[in-house]
Amino acid sequence: MFNIPKKDAITFVLFAIVVLTMPIWLTPFGASYPALLQKFAIYALLAVGYNLLFGLTGYLSFGHAAFLGVGSYAAVWSFKLLSMNPVLALSFAILFSGIFALAIGYISLRRSGIYFSILTLAFAQMSYKLAYSVLSPITHGETGLQLTLQDPRAIDLMFIERGSSLPTSNLFGISMSGYSGFYFTAIILLIGFFIAQKITSSPFGMMLKGIKSNENRMNYTGFNTKPYMLTVFVISGIYAGVAGGLLSITDPLAGAERMQWTASGELVLMTILGGVGTLIGPVIGAWLIKYFENIFSAWNESVLHGFFAFLPDGFEDIVVTISSKFVGEGWHLTLGLMFVLVVVFLPGGIMEGARRIGTMFKNNKDKKTKQSSDSEKGEG
Amino acid sequence: MSNIKNGVNRRKVLKGATAGIITAGVAPTIFTKGAWAQEFRNDPKGGDVILGFNVPQTGPYSDEGADELRAYTLAVKHLNGEGDGGMLNTMQPSNLKGNGILGQKVTYVTGDTQTKSDAARDSARRMIERDGALIITGGSSSGVAVAVQALCQEMGTIFMAGLTHSDDTTGKDKKRYGFRHFFNTYMTGAALAPVLKDEYGSDRVAYHLTSDYNWGYTQQRAIKDATEAIGWRTEKTVLTPVGQGDFSQYITPFLNSGADVLILNHYGKDMVNSLTQSIQFGLKDRQVNGKNVEIVVPLFSRLMAQGAGDNIKGILGSANWNWSLQDEGSKAFVKSFGAEYGFPPSMAAHTCYVQTLLYADACERAGTLYPPEVIKALEGHKFDGMGNGATEYRAEDHQCFKDVLVVRGNANPTSQFDLLEVVQEVPRAQVEYDASIFGGELGPYEVS
Repeated sequence: MFNIPKKDAITFVLFAIVVLTMPIWLTPFGASYPALLQKFAIYALLAVGYNLLFGLTGYLSFGHAAFLGVGSYAAVWSFKLLSMNPVLALSFAILFSGIFALAIGYISLRRSGIYFSILTLAFAQMSYKLAYSVLSPITHGETGLQLTLQDPRAIDLMFIERGSSLPTSNLFGISMSGYSGFYFTAIILLIGFFIAQKITSSPFGMMLKGIKSNENRMNYTGFNTKPYMLTVFVISGIYAGVAGGLLSITDPLAGAERMQWTASGELVLMTILGGVGTLIGPVIGAWLIKYFENIFSAWNESVLHGFFAFLPDGFEDIVVTISSKFVGEGWHLTLGLMFVLVVVFLPGGIMEGARRIGTMFKNNKDKKTKQSSDSEKGEG
Repeated sequence: MSNIKNGVNRRKVLKGATAGIITAGVAPTIFTKGAWAQEFRNDPKGGDVILGFNVPQTGPYSDEGADELRAYTLAVKHLNGEGDGGMLNTMQPSNLKGNGILGQKVTYVTGDTQTKSDAARDSARRMIERDGALIITGGSSSGVAVAVQALCQEMGTIFMAGLTHSDDTTGKDKKRYGFRHFFNTYMTGAALAPVLKDEYGSDRVAYHLTSDYNWGYTQQRAIKDATEAIGWRTEKTVLTPVGQGDFSQYITPFLNSGADVLILNHYGKDMVNSLTQSIQFGLKDRQVNGKNVEIVVPLFSRLMAQGAGDNIKGILGSANWNWSLQDEGSKAFVKSFGAEYGFPPSMAAHTCYVQTLLYADACERAGTLYPPEVIKALEGHKFDGMGNGATEYRAEDHQCFKDVLVVRGNANPTSQFDLLEVVQEVPRAQVEYDASIFGGELGPYEVS
């Protein structure tokens, strides 16, 4: 069950080291604080799961935010009704997002291509609108679902007295906020990454890649692609549900805007920016976008003045004035520019860039020894 | 390759690595936690006091957010003794000396709420966990205020709410660490109803269009209760989606409903659109039941009035504050804000400015930055000279009680900012209510 090809094993170990040492290597970038580290791990998981659907089968879903939202709500309700234990909350997140994905997938997968995208988008928008207004008794609408002091918490209260302050989610005493929360999310991310690796290298994964290259041909050769598609759609939805559950575990509040179409769009951006179909690419894309959203957006003119202090006075002001349009509230602009550049020059995302640099070195080395042969194209 | 050997090694390495890192990460927090009772998160320990300004810089309320940020930077200047001092000179009682807070210089960090709960909590957590912010303040939406307030309660960080008008902020979702200076929908209803009775009589039929979210519901409930108490009948209440551009499908049924007052429980761009389209439908020129059709917009702000242009002329609503007020505090604030930025402040800017000063003053009175003591200093605090007359921070729900303004769209504006005229300053006694009617619980002073 834990057998994977040696190449994948190396990737996994390297990935684990990178993820688990994030608090150290992100410090110089100003991103090493628990809230953002948790977001990095959670959105990486979301992107990995999304890539299973979009990267392997080419089906572009615009509705994954709905599963994220369902997972969040399920986790918070599990906190409210049963226990502050994150494992229990995650089980409910998996269960409900799975059922939800099954229902949406069953209908949406009757169509492919752009019609599939529009259907998923429609379902996600419907879920968002429902959560925002009609389902307010369950979701608490705009104000979001929160813990209160009067929550039943049936299981917890059998063992401990009701405290005077709000409880925090904890895994048998280990708090899920702060750095311990980050390591919890990081370990779930590693598990998710490992499963994604297994799926990609399995016969089931081959089948999905076959669907991507030509679904009709798959049908003609006698495979019924529908069950495969539905399975991977549900798996991908569960990944999103787990990510949503983790969002609630590290910060027990679920808001409707998690289900908005912009959240789904962001996920597509992450995947394309990093590299569709690769395992690492979407993770890098997720980290970049979250970094931009949280750190880049907080740079203001005084930060820039500090940054460009080495320039002569008058020139410094000009540079700061120009560059301030691209940071702070202008972070969307920078992200957009970067996205355009990546899509135009590196259609395979950042991973393609990395691969090109890799082949460049390889070719140079090969030329010295013998004539270079065509470089193999790895699947990340 | 031998899979088994490979797998075992990998797992061993992983196990060791994670176990090691978890211990390294958790151990310090266990040892340092609760060493001294007086130790609290982000204690500057004699260094600069850092305030976290969490305002919408992008999204539908970015205009309000930009104005809030202007007010905050002005407040920081005044606290540090720069500029003309603004309300520091009119605030009573005041313990502020213009030398920062407790003699420590005041600096600030900013974050963008995007008017989304998640984004707002992210930026608040960044400011608390990374930047060392001692308090979080700001915001222009009740959803965000409630979400950030809950976070601040968990974190043990004081939250001074910005513009938030829903009853929930200091009602069912009130928190020990959250404070609101702004008024709420209940007060709007209580202040507006008598004026409506004087202006439009007690025999009226109302028709509500309401934004389909939490604030809209509480606003509609407050106005409905208050107008029915003066003898009005409510014909129908209709929910409209937030961000709706075209309201004509909602205005047409009103024309045939037999109602003669249209109440628009909308805010921001929604209000600008629904009001503009109502005027374009010729509502103001119509007569129903032998009376002129009237439009009421319960929550007014100058920034919205600017968006709606001529259409607001003669429309009644309520406001927390307006720059045209002539008391000493308002004049001092408008003067220093105008000198700094060249135009008068909005009510969002006013409430944020006041909140910052109130927090600083409470620290001075408590003689410490330790949050539970500062909270006790704010609870039940009575003050004056901040633009709203005599005001009290009620201890039971952390809501400020003060006079409420009923305003009308100015028919003959003398400048592009002179858009609202104050019809009446409704005295505090008339808008006061029992703290227990909305439920909720404040929670503890001490959080671990």
